[in-house]
Amino acid sequence: MQNILSVKSLTKKFENFTAVKGISFDVETGSIFAFLGPNGAGKSTTIKMLTTVLKPTSGEIWINGFNALKEQDEARASFGIVFQDPSLDEELTAYENMVYHAVIYKVPRKEREDRIRQALEIVGLWDRRKDYVKKYSGGMKRRLEIARALVHYPKILFLDEPTVGLDPQTRKSIWTHIKNLNEERGMTIFLTTHYMDEAEEIADEIAIIDHGKIIESGTLEKIKANTGTDSLEEAFLKLTGRDIRDENGGGGKLKFMRGMGRRRRN
Amino acid sequence: MIEVIYIRWLRQLKHYWRSKSRLIGSLGQPLLFMVAFGFGFGPMYTKASGGANYMDFLAPGIVSMSILFTAIFSGLEVIWDRQFGFLKETLVAPISRTEIMVGKTLGGATIAMIQGLIVLCLTYLLGFRVPGLESLALGLVFMLLIAIFFSGLGLAIASKMKDMQGFQLIMNFLIMPTFFLSGALFPLENLPPAIYFISRIDPLTYGVDGMRGALAGMSVFGVYSDFATLFTLSVLVCLIGAFLFSKVEA
Repeated sequence: MQNILSVKSLTKKFENFTAVKGISFDVETGSIFAFLGPNGAGKSTTIKMLTTVLKPTSGEIWINGFNALKEQDEARASFGIVFQDPSLDEELTAYENMVYHAVIYKVPRKEREDRIRQALEIVGLWDRRKDYVKKYSGGMKRRLEIARALVHYPKILFLDEPTVGLDPQTRKSIWTHIKNLNEERGMTIFLTTHYMDEAEEIADEIAIIDHGKIIESGTLEKIKANTGTDSLEEAFLKLTGRDIRDENGGGGKLKFMRGMGRRRRN
Repeated sequence: MIEVIYIRWLRQLKHYWRSKSRLIGSLGQPLLFMVAFGFGFGPMYTKASGGANYMDFLAPGIVSMSILFTAIFSGLEVIWDRQFGFLKETLVAPISRTEIMVGKTLGGATIAMIQGLIVLCLTYLLGFRVPGLESLALGLVFMLLIAIFFSGLGLAIASKMKDMQGFQLIMNFLIMPTFFLSGALFPLENLPPAIYFISRIDPLTYGVDGMRGALAGMSVFGVYSDFATLFTLSVLVCLIGAFLFSKVEA
């Protein structure tokens, strides 16, 4: 199969505000795909729909050949996700979090231990597996979440701002892990980030979303050529403007409505 | 299927076992009620009833109370899971909502049962005696029903709540009235009509009455009718809970 992820005319409406306006794109198997956009552009809403957290108003999502809306469990088993916000059980140990994940993803009992060990070794947390997660630092928690997302051998890994709030050393090491996963296992990576330099360095393909529409996509070279700029950061600023965006997107009324949508979803 | 339910159950038991302060703290309230009411109202009750022992009346009520609180809180724990993000991890997994819900309800019910058994042991120290193994077995059946009902109820409420802000509301307008008007502390006879009515629609009333019938041989409605009522309500609340939980979005 050529495309591990295929999105067709994806739309999400909240009340009378449309967060995502009929976007379509494909992610090639084995590639690293960066999904960029300013705050409130529809990025988070899109990733929530791709990972079956949020139901689209209309459109289609195909993951690993499964219709994510109709064959939800098959689609879910095909991807791993590292959410933007933490999602670990802090009252359990790292290892217990891994076991919990392995069980709910129906990893065969015989393989569990090996797979958990393998995943924890990749992110360098095997020696700390018996610690409670509440004793972990922010970077360790992130690495643990990445390891956890690997246990069920996903075909595609969604990373929603995986390096936000981390120091440069940790960020570097996380990207190294991610790159290795992509190169050695051929795992497709779908990521969002606000660090343009990181996207520039790692991504094969880039899509930029703003106001609910994809305004540019392709390889780094193509985007730079199309916009007549020298770096992704410049291209990004040229495409999306230099105004500072509100965290919830848009101004007064818009912000209020986005807030309602968020509350309903949560 | 079974393993998913088991791991959900296990997680909850680990949480319970590891928070020793909560475990011990939650014994304080039933103990206080037993001492204050047991010794405070005991003599009055004995006089009014013509010689009966208030502790025999009170102990099943207090055991029911501790099960009520523990069960409903463990159902409400889902709200914490939501706030700390862990609920998302579970909701995007390729498993059914029913599995998630059943695991949680059984986990909550198990913890509530353990708590109820500890309180039952404490009542022994205050002079309450279970008549025999048969009564104990029947008492355990009622304890389990109360535990399942309120654990399911807690979960049903939690699937409609976004955060802990409505907690006081639920505590003061649902849990406390459920406890105080269930007949756990006083007999439900010669009450004003309004209170009488509320006590009759209070599910815990049938739990307390059944427990009292089983453990102390005093029952207003009869043990079988208590069992039938509580069993039906438990099935109903679990179905409603499963439905509401299936609508939850991460």
